[in-house]
Amino acid sequence: MRLDIQDLAFGYPGKEVGRGVTFGLAGGEVLCLLGPNGGGKTTLFKTILRLLVPRRGRVDVDGESVAGWSRARLAQMFGYVPQAQLGLFPFTVAEVVLMGRTAHIGPFATPSRADRAVAAEMLAVLGISHLAARPYTEISGGERQLTLIARALAQQPAILVMDEPTASLDFGNQVRVLGEIEQLAHRGIAVMLSTHDPDHAFLCAHRVALLHEGRLARIGPPAEVITRESLREVYGVEVTVTEVPRADGRLARVCVPSLGTTGRGILPGHPGHPS
Amino acid sequence: MSPDSISALRLSLQVAVAATALNALVGIPTAYALARRRFWGRSLVDLLVTLPLVLPPTVVGYYLIVLLGRRGVLGAPLYELTGWTVAFTWYAAVIAATVMALPLLVRTVRAAIESVDRDLERAAYTLGRSELRTALEVTLPLARNGILAGLVLAFARALGEFGATLMLAGNIPGRTQTVPLSIYTAVQTGESAETIGLVAVLTALSCLVLVVANRLGARAA
Repeated sequence: MRLDIQDLAFGYPGKEVGRGVTFGLAGGEVLCLLGPNGGGKTTLFKTILRLLVPRRGRVDVDGESVAGWSRARLAQMFGYVPQAQLGLFPFTVAEVVLMGRTAHIGPFATPSRADRAVAAEMLAVLGISHLAARPYTEISGGERQLTLIARALAQQPAILVMDEPTASLDFGNQVRVLGEIEQLAHRGIAVMLSTHDPDHAFLCAHRVALLHEGRLARIGPPAEVITRESLREVYGVEVTVTEVPRADGRLARVCVPSLGTTGRGILPGHPGHPS
Repeated sequence: MSPDSISALRLSLQVAVAATALNALVGIPTAYALARRRFWGRSLVDLLVTLPLVLPPTVVGYYLIVLLGRRGVLGAPLYELTGWTVAFTWYAAVIAATVMALPLLVRTVRAAIESVDRDLERAAYTLGRSELRTALEVTLPLARNGILAGLVLAFARALGEFGATLMLAGNIPGRTQTVPLSIYTAVQTGESAETIGLVAVLTALSCLVLVVANRLGARAA
């Protein structure tokens, strides 16, 4: 499987959010989208998922445009993990995951035993089988995120699109979710995720795309894209990127911000604010 | 009540039920399209379905005659083909009531659909549901109370339709004379007993309808 985004312009009726976005993604690869709030990450995802119609450009899978695809066919190709929100309806975790089978169930059929088996398998893969009977509205934020990943996996997609999967999770759950992303890539799934944390990109991404003001500022291996210069340019803050030894002896890159030396002040009267 | 009054009442209910059914068939898809889709001519459709709310009913009736009368734009070819014309039949009363009630239904249902969280529809899309099935299984069920309130209001409006009905269907006792027309005729001919009975029935029905609509509206909010 190969996903190709070509010269994509995206936005809402009457308002362009981003343009000129071109990149590719292959099975087994993790691409991390990094960029400030309002940079267009979520809008780009919505356009790739065809919740929004592209203003220009194309989204191809294996050389074929997805423009004419049915919702069912799209859902069999793209699994989507939205940001974990408080549930509105008290479906059980097992039911939520079973909804991932929607695209595989015929128009007038109900989920088969095979569909239930896939849903149960995905609960096991993410280690949340014990939550199966719990209402989605009553589990923790981390558990909800894992449930939504299980639901997307139940679609058996070739591409997984994850919108800030580590946002609003505690440290332990962040690490757990990043670990799952690595595992999914090992299974041959192409993963595209957005995050606010450069360290998360260092931990799990093969490539990083820096989205700034609706354009791809840079794209490439994490060590080349996440630099002192690029983060200053995009976020307006000073950081040090350094390497630290991990428990397994390999070196891991981390990004350490320097407080109080920001290039651009946020508040008027702030020492860094040009006045 | 006289046999004429009873037949007027029966005809009114028959017309109102048929007009409400037609409203559901035409109005709900129209309301969905106006709320959720962008298409060429959207503003025109919006204008056309709202117009009967502000135009005098007799003007709407006049347009319906121009459209459906024996020499009308659609009426003339129909008459040539079949020798039948819709004017002065109870179908004409149904059409007049439908057109006059449509704005109430479309506006109420449209507002109800617009208040449905679009993320719930998007969730259905990303899981592989088509737009049609998402509308049927997610959007419309969540807008249910607004839709019911719209149907109740449309029913009430259809029950009380006078001007457009008189223009297109006439005032033929036993065939097109609905309750409002019957009241008008009774007043004109000085039959006050008949008038009071019919007025009371229509007032009671309208009160009932408003109570039901308010309850539905309160639950929808």
